[in-house]
Amino acid sequence: MAEIKLNNVIKRYGKTEVVHGINLDIAHNEFVVLVGPSGCGKSTTLRMIAGLEDISDGTVSIGPGVVNDLPPRKRNISMVFQNYALYPHMSVRENLGFGLKIAKQDEATITARVDEAADILGLDELLERTPAELSGGQRQRVAMGRAIVRHPEAFLFDEPLSNLDAKLRVQMRTEIKKLHQKVKTTVVYVTHDQVEAMTLADRIVVMKDGHIEQVGTPMKVFNHPVNTFVASFIGSPPMNLLPATITGADVVFADGKSLPVPTRLADRVRDGQEVIFGLRPDDLTPVGHGIAESGDSARLTLDVTLSELLGTETILYTSIAGQEAQGKMFGAREVAPGETLEFDVAMDRAHLFDAATGKSVRVD
Amino acid sequence: MATKRPPFWQREQYTPFLLLLPAILTLLFVVLLPLLFSLYTSFTGYRLIRPESLWQWIGFRNYQRIFADGDFWTAFGRTIIFLTIALNLEFLFGLGIALLINKITWGQRTLRTIMMFPMMFSPILVGYQFKFVFNDNIGILNNALQSLGLSDGAIPWLVDKYLANFSIIFAEVWMSTSVFAILLLAGLFAMPRDPLEAAKVDGCNPWQVFRHITLPFLMPFVFIAMTIRSLDVARAYDIVDVMTGGGPAGRTELLWTLIARTGYDNARMGQANAMAYVSILLSIAFTYYFFTKLLAARKYMGGAE
Ligand SMILES: Nc1ncnc2c1ncn2[C@@H]1O[C@H](COP(=O)(O)OP(=O)(O)OP(=O)(O)O)[C@@H](O)[C@H]1O
Ligand SMILES: [Mg+2]
Repeated sequence: MAEIKLNNVIKRYGKTEVVHGINLDIAHNEFVVLVGPSGCGKSTTLRMIAGLEDISDGTVSIGPGVVNDLPPRKRNISMVFQNYALYPHMSVRENLGFGLKIAKQDEATITARVDEAADILGLDELLERTPAELSGGQRQRVAMGRAIVRHPEAFLFDEPLSNLDAKLRVQMRTEIKKLHQKVKTTVVYVTHDQVEAMTLADRIVVMKDGHIEQVGTPMKVFNHPVNTFVASFIGSPPMNLLPATITGADVVFADGKSLPVPTRLADRVRDGQEVIFGLRPDDLTPVGHGIAESGDSARLTLDVTLSELLGTETILYTSIAGQEAQGKMFGAREVAPGETLEFDVAMDRAHLFDAATGKSVRVD
Repeated sequence: MATKRPPFWQREQYTPFLLLLPAILTLLFVVLLPLLFSLYTSFTGYRLIRPESLWQWIGFRNYQRIFADGDFWTAFGRTIIFLTIALNLEFLFGLGIALLINKITWGQRTLRTIMMFPMMFSPILVGYQFKFVFNDNIGILNNALQSLGLSDGAIPWLVDKYLANFSIIFAEVWMSTSVFAILLLAGLFAMPRDPLEAAKVDGCNPWQVFRHITLPFLMPFVFIAMTIRSLDVARAYDIVDVMTGGGPAGRTELLWTLIARTGYDNARMGQANAMAYVSILLSIAFTYYFFTKLLAARKYMGGAE
């Protein structure tokens, strides 16, 4: 029940700075996901919010006050760890009730709250077991239960699903989403899985090397990445990024193939500018096999080198000016390697990034 | 032509025993025979100075005498008290040292090595060392106290009933606290960090983290150390013998000093062996007790990270 504010937060380990001045406002009851490649400082940032890591510079506030100097126990937050961090010598019931016991709640309240959490998470059957007697998914749920019984100001999750198998991960992802709808609370969730970020977040924070690259709703980050890093990190399969040059009103690739400059970007580029042309595989589709095309569209003839059938769709591997590019084909059709196809390019969904800075030519 | 059965030592079902024979024989001669022999002598009036008394079967007379013997039971009780006090002190000091060393980031290896110095001395030397520290005339302790003006007379460290026992316990604790410290330090090193952090977030202050998370995790290590040390202390002999020789007037007599005196000084080996068998029950009881505790504490440690 609180907003979290990070103001120019810096973390140094000795002389190396690993988080370089992060600014972030997380609203009351908002679900914010920090996403980024391994080692970019997501956990460090989360642990500074939790109070498990000293803040080298800047301020963190939870609710009304700055919490820089408060120990974790005074911050009224709950955290779910990657390895669950259950207390091995306590039963599930004791694990769940531990925080309340420490807070000197009376027995009746503890029992009621533990039962309530167990009910939400389907742990009723497991209350008397010890963590050693649980499966990974069950441990994960106990860890979440331990977080919710305390009715904290905010939940912090550090890659809570990364130790689960793919199927269970999808299932738990849905449960976390449902849980957030049930117990409305501020959530900061760390993951390196962009699918998790997309599905869970109200807002995504994309991080790289201790910097925030972009903050926005999943839609915004997906449709309007501010730079090539965000463009390639969010979305699967990743966006095709192809070097090209602006020549007049065209985007010209090194092999001479060209496309018109997307109309909505026409006034943002200058003649002769080196750019990176960004296009999601979904927007590069063989004619007649795309999602209903509309608007600004162009054609490109490409050789298919490989195709991967995924069921309803097929990934087509091709290349433009020596750069590998992926397209998608919807609907049933056999494609032989080496076949040449005519592709639709959804130009109104294409992106242009400045080749020198990597920034999108149009940020809005 | 009917094949002849091979001699039995070449038959397959005997091969394992054949291969184990050296070990079996060693155990037989080194452990089992002496054990049986000493058990036998405890039923005889065997005296070292009269070898023919080895054949003098007296049934349970030695045992009856022990059970009626006040000195034996005093030594027995004193050993238990000695053991209880020494083990608890060693546990507390060892835990303190381990926690402190665990906190240090600089010079930890050096400190760990220094901490083990007392264990590197022979107990006899430790005994001599403390005999001179506590000596009432020339001991440095009394000298120091007098020079500092803290006491005017010579305190009879090794003579007074309580002080003498205290001095011996002090020496024992000085020598062996590092056993606890090392095992507990190993425990602290093996301790997963996550539950500690979870507890902090769950609202624990440092003491509560220690009390509810660290200590339960360390208990198996504590019980291992207790088992080792209870066996050690229950057979304490060298330090006591050097420092006070069980005296004065039996005030510091422990089980094994009494047994050694009976067996060697008084040459009544039969009776000494009977005492030894009774006191081994004590060691077995302690080992059993700590092992049960260890198993109970370990039960939860498997599997859950
Ligand atoms: N105790 C430490 N001392 C020095 N450097 C550290 C320490 N902890 C983390 N780092 C460095 O800080 C950077 C950020 O680490 P962090 O754990 O926050 O990454 P992350 O984004 O959570 O990565 P992952 O997805 O792999 O968990 C890394 O480069 C790491 O090497
Ligand atoms: Mg991490």
